[in-house]
Amino acid sequence: MTKSIINERDFKTLKILMNLVEDLYSQIVREEIPHIKIPTRTKLNIEFDEESEVWVYGDRLSERSAKRARGAYQLLKTAYVIDFLKYQLEENRSSTLRELYYISEGWGKAKFREQQESDRLIEDLEIITDVQREYFHITPEEDGANIFGPIRLRERLRSGDTREFHCIDDVGEKGYPIPSNVDNLEFIEHDAKMVIAIETGGMYARLIENNFYDEYDAILVHLKGQPARSTRRLIKRLNEELKLPVVVFTDGDPWSYRIYASVAYGSIKSAHLSEYMACPSAQFIGIRPVDIEKYKLPTDRLNDQDIKALESMKTDPRFDTEFWREQIELQLKMNKKAEQQALARYGLDYVTSVYLPERLTEMGII
Amino acid sequence: MTDFLTIAEELAKRQRAISVAEFFEKNRHILGFDSKRKSLITAVKEAVDNSLDACEETGILPDVRVEIERVEGEKDVYKVIVEDNGPGIVKEQIPNVFGRLLYGSRFHSIRQSRGQQGIGISAAVLYAQLTTGKPTRIISRIHPSKPAYYYELMINTQTNEPEIVVERETEAPFPRGTRVELELEGQYVAGYKEGTIQEEGGSNQSEENSFRMIGVKQSVYGYLKSTAIVNPHARIFFRDPYGFEELFERATTELPKKAIEIKPHPEGIDLGTLMKMMRYTERTKIISFLENEFSRLGRRTAKEICAIANVDPDMNPREASREEAMRILKALKSVKISAPPLDCLSPIGEEMLKKGLMKEFNLNPKEGDFVEAVTRQPSVYLGNPFLVEAAIAYSEKFPKEEKVELIRYANRTPLLYQQGGCAITQAIEKINWRNYGLSQPGGTGNLPIGPAIIVVHVASTNVPYTSESKEAVASVDEILSEIELAVRAVARKLKIFLDRQEILKKRKEKEEIISEVLPLFVEKISKMLNKEKPDISPIIAKIMGNVLIQSKVERNGELYRVIIRLKNYDDAMRSFRLYQSVKGDVVDAKDGKIKRMDGMVTLSWDVKLKPGEEKFIEYFSKGEPQKPVVDGIEEEMVTIGMIGGDSI
Repeated sequence: MTKSIINERDFKTLKILMNLVEDLYSQIVREEIPHIKIPTRTKLNIEFDEESEVWVYGDRLSERSAKRARGAYQLLKTAYVIDFLKYQLEENRSSTLRELYYISEGWGKAKFREQQESDRLIEDLEIITDVQREYFHITPEEDGANIFGPIRLRERLRSGDTREFHCIDDVGEKGYPIPSNVDNLEFIEHDAKMVIAIETGGMYARLIENNFYDEYDAILVHLKGQPARSTRRLIKRLNEELKLPVVVFTDGDPWSYRIYASVAYGSIKSAHLSEYMACPSAQFIGIRPVDIEKYKLPTDRLNDQDIKALESMKTDPRFDTEFWREQIELQLKMNKKAEQQALARYGLDYVTSVYLPERLTEMGII
Repeated sequence: MTDFLTIAEELAKRQRAISVAEFFEKNRHILGFDSKRKSLITAVKEAVDNSLDACEETGILPDVRVEIERVEGEKDVYKVIVEDNGPGIVKEQIPNVFGRLLYGSRFHSIRQSRGQQGIGISAAVLYAQLTTGKPTRIISRIHPSKPAYYYELMINTQTNEPEIVVERETEAPFPRGTRVELELEGQYVAGYKEGTIQEEGGSNQSEENSFRMIGVKQSVYGYLKSTAIVNPHARIFFRDPYGFEELFERATTELPKKAIEIKPHPEGIDLGTLMKMMRYTERTKIISFLENEFSRLGRRTAKEICAIANVDPDMNPREASREEAMRILKALKSVKISAPPLDCLSPIGEEMLKKGLMKEFNLNPKEGDFVEAVTRQPSVYLGNPFLVEAAIAYSEKFPKEEKVELIRYANRTPLLYQQGGCAITQAIEKINWRNYGLSQPGGTGNLPIGPAIIVVHVASTNVPYTSESKEAVASVDEILSEIELAVRAVARKLKIFLDRQEILKKRKEKEEIISEVLPLFVEKISKMLNKEKPDISPIIAKIMGNVLIQSKVERNGELYRVIIRLKNYDDAMRSFRLYQSVKGDVVDAKDGKIKRMDGMVTLSWDVKLKPGEEKFIEYFSKGEPQKPVVDGIEEEMVTIGMIGGDSI
């Protein structure tokens, strides 16, 4: 088998990774206990970047040092992962996060105990090297969300050819499945006036069935819970390149507010990618705690986890605004939460004929 | 053994009756018979306490059998059977012991014993009769040569007189001992099982219902297990309504020291007690009453008291008025009387406490468990002698994230309820446990968290309880401070243990790093970079805080140049002697001492290194150097390495 010629981008990535290994090696030669410094990844260490208007990591650094067993194991695993990435880049192979986890089965002491650990290590490497995991040839297996609406796209096919299609006319009833690397997508033309990002599949389907996209010229994006990176990146691109306003439509509970926050401000776990994925102008359309009262929605009581999550939001700098402080207090006080599909109590069309138009008008979008 | 007969008869003579049956019928909650669940435990507890007390008083190793059966066809009705190998009860006294409230030999004596007020077992008899209408069945035998007697008894609640339903000679299933069978309303909780416990409405003790190492504390099983811990000389067999059986085996054949009876000390007497004593005394003159019925009170002081109180020394104490009693009490308190004797207390003892904990929780200090106990010297509060004992067991087997399990005892009896209101709990919560290596969320005022059991035993001739139901020790300053001192004394031992564990853990962790992880890491990255593996001995020395001895050998034809680098990574000064042997002659030893033997040359240097100090030794030889050896410093504190090549 002939060794494939490594392309320039992969060569650069490999160089960055190997520099890291060089660093570790020279630490040993210098008689330093091997260590890596990376930004602390907690809500205590994210700060607002005035320029890009997103939340990024602050100056706090954590040290992974071989002084302690934990750190020593992390370094050993890092070395094994980089060795594996080296192989991928040199041989032009790629793998999913899950495959990486299973590959480590054969690494003896460097084996990961759970996938969360290997996922985190890849994120660490992204932060340390300032290179995204796609460039390591590591892809998520998170199954892409969908997009539906008046926009024409061009995508690159595996064969190397390209294909153009319209996201209403040329797609199935669920829309176009968002690929894992959306930077390869080209926007050709569109008639859209806004982007609506929707948490649940049921609501996404409802808006399609009710022709909401047509009536209000809206691109609908299904977030599928906490959105994948590719979904967030695509929303960011629609907002930035096409100047479309973005609204996020979720359930009325603390977990959903976090979904909104990760679209708008970036997530704590991947604040290193905020500038690339966060969409600071995205607005929260609901369900807000105040809507639960205003629209008299059917509710559930908050459980212990909900209350804990709301309490924790109080110290999350992303929610440190007057609006969110009020909403959090209100929700804790009324001790209730509501799903977005609870709007159906007033009929299947209520959401598209009353709730969304009312809210969009309030927000000045229509 | 021949004395049992006479002992039983002697006990009988001293028993007296106090008629309060009716009062207790209306106030049965203060005796621990408020909820169905608690009533069942209390009935077992009273019977078992009686058995253990009787055995100990007569020097018998207790063998107690507890059985609980569900009564068919009835809701919440159980049969409680408690059988012992104790001294037995003489025939004439059986009705009085079981069929009369406040009838007991212990009421007027001052001594540490489980039952102090003589209301226990008869209250259980009364409770049984009130809830099921059934009489209590008793079989007792005082000697193998004597017949056993069978009784069915009830209590006349108007007169506090026993009502004998059946009385006959019978065949006993034992040569000596007593068997009580009560049929009562109750609720059985299988305390050995994990799971939720139904709590009846009304009683609010949910905080104490979590399942812990001991099982559900507020259950018959929990009570028996707690009892077994502090009575390692007792063998207790338990069979529950589900057929579950457990034998709490004895761990020693040594009986606890017998508690000696003392008379009340004037300091702790109140008016009610004094009047009661005067009413029931056999003395006919107040002066001899004072002289004989009190501890530490002689004829002269008695006379003095009569004079101060302005009462006739020859007056019959039974005829004293309330007014006169008050004057006597005042006089009693005004005269100087020495402290009461302290040898009347019977501690469990440090060794026995440890044995009890080890056997009930399968602990073994040789396998890393910690069990320590402290028995304090006796002390006095209000004229009552008391002493405190404490023990702590710590084991990885116990839950780590929960509050420590506190087991409280008063006079060897477990206190199952009202943990929050007990002086023992207060004293423990007052301690800052972080100083002793346990976490304590919320700080002082809370129980610590960790895989530990804390046992506290308060022994006294008169334990001050917060209420008649004897569930919590009252907060008496002297007792609180003794509890704190006892617990702190064991906690200090725990701290030493935990510190040692921590050091061992860190050492193990470091060894894992240097012997397994670091070599793999260095191998991997060297291979990836296609570079030579660097010598990691300086890094190992740094991690371990060791002295580094790193050699470098350069060969030039016949000649070897040896450079030894010495560096102290410890934070203490290190002095040692370094040896290195060479196969062949040494050309230039520089400042090394030379010793030649069988063609080998051994060089040695005396080295002294301050913390962080680095030194170099150099010499030339015509042979290969061997691995260096040190003397005067432990091997684990030295890391030996070599630059350029495998270690020598």
